[in-house]
Amino acid sequence: MIILANSLTTPAIGTVIWTTLIFCLFFFLLAKFAWKPILGFIKAREEMIKGSLAAAEKAKEEMAKLQSDNEAILRKAREDREAILKDARDVRDKLIAEAKMKAEEEAEKIVEKARIGIESEKSKALLEIKEQVATLSVDIASKLIGEQLRKTAEQEKLIENYLKEINLNKN
Amino acid sequence: MKTKPTTSIIILCFLVFTGLTAFGQEGGHGETEEKFNASSFIMEHLADSHEWHLWTKKNGESVAIYLPVILYSKDKGFDMFSSKKIAHGHEYNGYTLEEGVIVSVDEAGNVNTPLDMSITKTVLGVFFSCFVGLLLFIGLSRSYKKTGISHPRGIQSFLEPIILFVRDDIAISNIGKNKYEKFMPYLLTAFFFILINNIMGLIPFPPPFGANVTGNIAVTMVLALFTFVITQISGNKRYWHHIIAAPGVPLWLLPIMIPVEIIGLFSKPFALMVRLFANIMAGHIIVLSLVALIFIFKSLAIAPVSAIFVVFMDCLELFVAFLQAYVFTLLSALFIGLAVEEEHH
Repeated sequence: MIILANSLTTPAIGTVIWTTLIFCLFFFLLAKFAWKPILGFIKAREEMIKGSLAAAEKAKEEMAKLQSDNEAILRKAREDREAILKDARDVRDKLIAEAKMKAEEEAEKIVEKARIGIESEKSKALLEIKEQVATLSVDIASKLIGEQLRKTAEQEKLIENYLKEINLNKN
Repeated sequence: MKTKPTTSIIILCFLVFTGLTAFGQEGGHGETEEKFNASSFIMEHLADSHEWHLWTKKNGESVAIYLPVILYSKDKGFDMFSSKKIAHGHEYNGYTLEEGVIVSVDEAGNVNTPLDMSITKTVLGVFFSCFVGLLLFIGLSRSYKKTGISHPRGIQSFLEPIILFVRDDIAISNIGKNKYEKFMPYLLTAFFFILINNIMGLIPFPPPFGANVTGNIAVTMVLALFTFVITQISGNKRYWHHIIAAPGVPLWLLPIMIPVEIIGLFSKPFALMVRLFANIMAGHIIVLSLVALIFIFKSLAIAPVSAIFVVFMDCLELFVAFLQAYVFTLLSALFIGLAVEEEHH
């Protein structure tokens, strides 16, 4: 029994040599044909995943940036529109006001002119009427008194006076 | 683990089966009812052998695979023959088998032991496990080449987490991110060599399985030697400086410290060797002892009880198979890590 137990704890030289040989062969074959490609693939995959994640993160950031940019642009455009509209409104108001003023002035001028014209026409007409009245009254008087009544200087003066009186009365 | 229950059931079937045949064999010895010797029964199963015993017929004839014996001795030179020729006390070319060791007795009566390079049960077990490992991992690398850089599928999804575990939790965490790559092939090979052998050793039958490989001290010695050699070769200046003159140790202490350091150098691989050997050996001894109970009590009624305990032990041993592969690789990585560590960290 002791011998058997002893044989269990004593490494057999032959087994050591064979195990060494087989393990060496096993190690080199695996290292060359298994571990190298497998670890390479695993590493490549890990790197790809890492790269993809980084790219996704970057894309996300870019998207966010673009979005914020878009918003800023939109806000600015809105402000610009407001400003432009306001300007346009101001200009319109101003134009209208100016036009109104001009029109009023023009109208006033026209009215003034008309009044002056009317005035002159009126005085002209009055003068004419006066003359007409003078001649008419002389005619009427001569008819009444007879044809002797001449148009003397004296009579003329008298008529003038009468007319002046009428004129004064009228005005 | 889906396979665990099925494995256990298979183990149970084998145990009941082998138990029954062994029981029959015991009875078959007839009138000379020899006392059942549990320790020799266990030791025979644990020890290396020149034949791979399969079963014993009712008439006492044993059925076995006879393995090639390769011998070298100074006076007789090389010799190669089947172990059948020296089985059962036969003598061949002056060689006989004494307690599992091949010896030759010369005319003067001196017992000589030749250099025994036989393909023993253990050697065959190592060979088969390496064959399985090669098939598995070269197949795995092929499947990687086929699928390219895509998500793991098939066998990859089972083996890749283990490979990643060895890389991340054993190599990188002990050796460091900058230097681990050089040692990955060795660590992976050692891990899977031990794991495959442990699991193959747990399966009792048929022949490529059931060899007590990682419970054989020669095999664990080779593994420990590999770790030892790799550690010493990759040891840097700082490592040797710490062994010869550890900084901060007063000069008068050095005569004590240097021998201690040198003993430490060898005790590390020695512990590796014994730990793996003893753990696997112990597991086999317990399982075999439970089976031996059936013969000790000479009752078939005890068989179910034994079987249940054996199934329990086998589940435990399956865990130990992984654990010991992990521990061996972890400590190897730790020792290598200590040897390649830089000055300040």
